[in-house]
Amino acid sequence: MTIRKMILASAAIACAAMPFSAFADTSAKKIALSNNYAGNSWRQAMLTSWEKVTGEAVKAGVVAAADAFTTAENQATEQAAQIQNMILQGYDAIVLNAASPTALNGAVKEACDAGITVVSFDGIVTEPCAWRIAVDFKEMGRSQVEYLSKKLPDGGNLLEIRGLAGVFVDDEISAGIHEGVKQFPQFKIVGSVHGDWAQDVAQKAVAGILPSLPDIVGVVTQGGDGYGAAQAIAATDRKMPIIVMGNREDELRWWKEQKDAKGYETMSVSIAPGVSTLAFWVAQQILDGKEVKKDLVVPFLRIDQDNLETNLANTQAGGVANVEYTQQDALKVIESAK
Amino acid sequence: MTLRLSSDAMRLVIPALSLTLLLAAVFWLQPRAMSYVGLNLLFNLAVPIALATIAQMLVMAVNDLDLSMGTFVSFIACVTATFLRDAPVTGVLILVGAIATYAGLGVVIHLRNLPSIVVTLGMSFVWGGLGVLLLPAPGGQSPDWVRWLMTVKPPLAPMAIVASIIIAVVAHLVVMRSSLGVLIRGIGGNPRSVERAGWSIVAARGAAYGLAGVFAVLAGIALVGLTTSADANIALRYTLLSIAGVILGGGEFIGGRVSPIGAVIGALTLTLAGSFLSFLRISADWQIGAQGAILIIVLAFRLMLNRVEKREKGR
Repeated sequence: MTIRKMILASAAIACAAMPFSAFADTSAKKIALSNNYAGNSWRQAMLTSWEKVTGEAVKAGVVAAADAFTTAENQATEQAAQIQNMILQGYDAIVLNAASPTALNGAVKEACDAGITVVSFDGIVTEPCAWRIAVDFKEMGRSQVEYLSKKLPDGGNLLEIRGLAGVFVDDEISAGIHEGVKQFPQFKIVGSVHGDWAQDVAQKAVAGILPSLPDIVGVVTQGGDGYGAAQAIAATDRKMPIIVMGNREDELRWWKEQKDAKGYETMSVSIAPGVSTLAFWVAQQILDGKEVKKDLVVPFLRIDQDNLETNLANTQAGGVANVEYTQQDALKVIESAK
Repeated sequence: MTLRLSSDAMRLVIPALSLTLLLAAVFWLQPRAMSYVGLNLLFNLAVPIALATIAQMLVMAVNDLDLSMGTFVSFIACVTATFLRDAPVTGVLILVGAIATYAGLGVVIHLRNLPSIVVTLGMSFVWGGLGVLLLPAPGGQSPDWVRWLMTVKPPLAPMAIVASIIIAVVAHLVVMRSSLGVLIRGIGGNPRSVERAGWSIVAARGAAYGLAGVFAVLAGIALVGLTTSADANIALRYTLLSIAGVILGGGEFIGGRVSPIGAVIGALTLTLAGSFLSFLRISADWQIGAQGAILIIVLAFRLMLNRVEKREKGR
């Protein structure tokens, strides 16, 4: 056996043993979560998922520590200081939900220069040395129209509910929806209101625009606004259109009621707050020495007619449907990016 | 007792003492901070805050209060990250115009006898709006020389310490040693007597605001040097931080009683307090409260000292 063959063979064994060797190599590493805001149900669920998954990982000896830090105020300068403190505290990786895509670049660069792995998710940073786990918001918008085209092959008029004006996420989802309408030209958006991702705002906005609209067959949304839209439409004598939901508990509960009463059909799509745990596993894999592309895409969480009950049962009252990721899920995401 | 400190020196003792105490606590919690790199990481974000604090101090020296400091520094940050990089000449013109506006504000406030709080609160919306116009979404990039300046590694002491000392010395020379500085403090103490002595109060007040504008502009530029980019909300916290820094550093709301060296120390203390609490692993829900508690403790010391001072004067 030549040396070359021996190296190849040992490399093959190393590859095969990868998921197991991971447990040994990062056991001394410390990972920190830098979070800029904790004031809504999504962020609370995100932090709870982090605690649960990383707590088990620490107990199992996968990593030495995985501490979560939230800034006292939602400000980029505050978070930059927090990241610099983490460098001093000697963390090996920082998982980051950023207050600003660019204003933290200086601090992130300091961390990279200190040899720290930085993985940003949800609120991502543009600094090239950091990893990004981004959500394909455009696809999230487009898939709604695609779903409607299957349910309603004849097409028809749509009402669009947008999010908070001037926020990047709102622009992206809306762009995706309009792309979808171009792809399925049997649909036409006849009205558009801002629901600010809040049920009460959406209800008021929809109630305001409804009298001026022709018949609508579907409502495309951004999450957190479907229940409000349903309330507004139920108050009129219109036929209930297909309202795409956004995984909030009140939306799913309403959908279940309608499904049981008259077989109402729709779907629900949003990002699981447990994406923080995916970022954790990706950071762990990078620390383990795995080659990971800088830009990863996180799958979004979609709920359909048949798995509505299980998802509703797993969702806390007033919360968001969630899914926690495992090391295997992270490996799958990493592989699919190559 | 033969050794007696002057009241000015007394004013400096408390802030210096609290900074030393806090620093010792941080070093004890996190020995890694006790190094060149560590000190820089602890203090580099304090440099723009120190500059903004000096700016606020100049306004407070003439018995006014600037509530637009945060939005103004944010606006300057936006200008720095866009115009100052892409079209330096236009960028400098905008910055000069901003400083002139500040001086003009001082003149208007004095001539029309307006409350500074109302005028600056109004201006904060103007600066905020201009910032959003320049950068509707976070972005821009810091000019290379600014980035170089804020990441330079001087021998002996890290950039953050050297910069703080330079800021303190320059501000001290301007406010405590120059005739303009005496005049500015004089307006805060007793404007009528300054006027009777033949000085133009309007000009002095305009100069105080103009100088504040200069320091605030420097704060914005320094901030972009650290963050590498800007957004219209980047420095909103600076309004309250700068006021707290002045008070923590021995300044007072009235009477032209300010201390530039103290103000810089105050800004450093505030920054350090945040790190200290984070090293202690205090949950975010308690951090704002804990930060407030540190402020109250320091101010309580101040009050006690003031009482001692008064008793001695009364004797």
